[in-house]
Amino acid sequence: MTGFFGSGPVHVALAAGAVTAIVSGVVGVFVVVRGQSFAGHALADLSTLGGSGAFLANVNPLWGFVGVGAVIAGAMELFGVQRRRGRDVATGVVLGAVLGLSALLLYFDTTSTSTTGATITVLFGSLFAASPSAVPEMVALAAVGVVALAFVYRPLLLSSVHPELASARGVPVRTIAFGFLVLVGVTVSLTSMVVGTILSPALLIGPAATALRLSKRPPVAMAFSAGIGLVATWSGVALSYASYRWPPAHAGWPISFFIVAIVFLTFLCVEVPGRLRRPSAPEAG
Amino acid sequence: MPDPQPDALEAAAPWADVAGADVAGAEVVSGAGATVLRLEGVSVSFGDRLVLDEVGFSVDRGEFVGIIGANGSGKTTIFRVVLGLLAPDAGRVIRPRRHIGYVPQKVAIDPDTPIRARDLVTLGIDGERYGVRLPSAARRARVDEMLDAVGAGPFADARVGTLSGGELQRVLIAHALVGDPQLLIMDEPLANLDIKSGHEIVELVARLTHERGLAVLLSAHDMNALLPHMDRVVYLADGRAVSGTTGEVVRSDVLSELYRYPVRVLDVDGTIVVVGGHDVRVR
Repeated sequence: MTGFFGSGPVHVALAAGAVTAIVSGVVGVFVVVRGQSFAGHALADLSTLGGSGAFLANVNPLWGFVGVGAVIAGAMELFGVQRRRGRDVATGVVLGAVLGLSALLLYFDTTSTSTTGATITVLFGSLFAASPSAVPEMVALAAVGVVALAFVYRPLLLSSVHPELASARGVPVRTIAFGFLVLVGVTVSLTSMVVGTILSPALLIGPAATALRLSKRPPVAMAFSAGIGLVATWSGVALSYASYRWPPAHAGWPISFFIVAIVFLTFLCVEVPGRLRRPSAPEAG
Repeated sequence: MPDPQPDALEAAAPWADVAGADVAGAEVVSGAGATVLRLEGVSVSFGDRLVLDEVGFSVDRGEFVGIIGANGSGKTTIFRVVLGLLAPDAGRVIRPRRHIGYVPQKVAIDPDTPIRARDLVTLGIDGERYGVRLPSAARRARVDEMLDAVGAGPFADARVGTLSGGELQRVLIAHALVGDPQLLIMDEPLANLDIKSGHEIVELVARLTHERGLAVLLSAHDMNALLPHMDRVVYLADGRAVSGTTGEVVRSDVLSELYRYPVRVLDVDGTIVVVGGHDVRVR
């Protein structure tokens, strides 16, 4: 294992993965509590546009993800399209259009720059290929995210429990919701760097959903969520490193597969016994 | 205290004890406590629809006032005006400077929401503040005391989403009162409760009103559960209001005038029933 800990790309992957797991763990708890998993999915899909555009412009994909994610998150909150039942058709149409544009950019990425890796990197992430220079930027973004969440924690929590209780106390509920969705946009950018845009909702939602089954206290749930994400990400890095000796191609399995698989298995381990214990429990909406 | 001018009243709020003109001629301003909340000629329209039509009433310290009216009669709109979430098109609202304790209608919280009863009550102290909160023994003691005061001690550590309707109401009351407001407003707290829990909640609120010198404004579509405890009633129909003691307001002639339709108030073994129809003769 000296090879593992001695490898530069592994250091980058562990560091970038860790900060991402932490920020997505804490933000994810609020995403689940607020019932905004759908918004997380939509943001991840839409940030494909930023990632593929950044590749074409030869910019670090992180900034493509962040720019597009934050702008689209703000627009979604303004138009109120992030709620599952709200404006279903409009969301579907806009999502489709933006994904179509992303597909075009990805096509240009692969044809004009002849880097076939762009598609894989944007859609599925490739931590081992992340540039070491991206790490300080990711750490800074994650730190800003965690600090921002700590700052708005109480008004956000109250307005997540019941918006009317919050507005009666003078909390600017809409502004908070707007800021939070921008924060989700930034978080999704980070998770997109780690596991790609297709799988990034899994890292945002999975650990948080699992943690919320384990604790009834928000700070504890956040700690669990970040911990599950961290274990999954680091295990994913280790397994991916080990998989270079595995079939079929001896080229290594993608990190994102392992991360998402571990997140999902953890959720099953927590969820299934709970379901068996209370088989008639109503479906949580 | 001398009668201030209307403008001076606003400046002198909270608390001049003033007898004022009212809408329906039935309002009696009690000389006992200071006025905590006062609405004068408040009108609100949404588009062409007049939702509140010159509504006026007041609530004094230590007073339990019920707003009675059918769905759509304007109860929630009054609360939104009182909370300052909606500016009336006309009229004046004098309300406490200190925050108002509010229990909204139909609070449904997902069972998975990671909030214990005690967390929700704690957010009643400082839920609107930004930044990180450090643990505090004094705050914890205050929350425990409030939970006990509403009888929520036994389920203080349960997730609020798993509580029964009556238990959740107690926690919401604790959330509303822990910040020590002068006014507590509750929007249809009995709507989702069985009869027994409903009576328990009304008794709890009546007790807190007198123990803490609170002013309470509580809405319901049926007044009967409130009758033994209401100091005064604000009766709403089609956005118009008449207020006074139940004896002054809940009368066939007063309500017929309010409804602009002949109705009759019947006392069936102590239960008040308001019935209408063109064959009903107004007393």
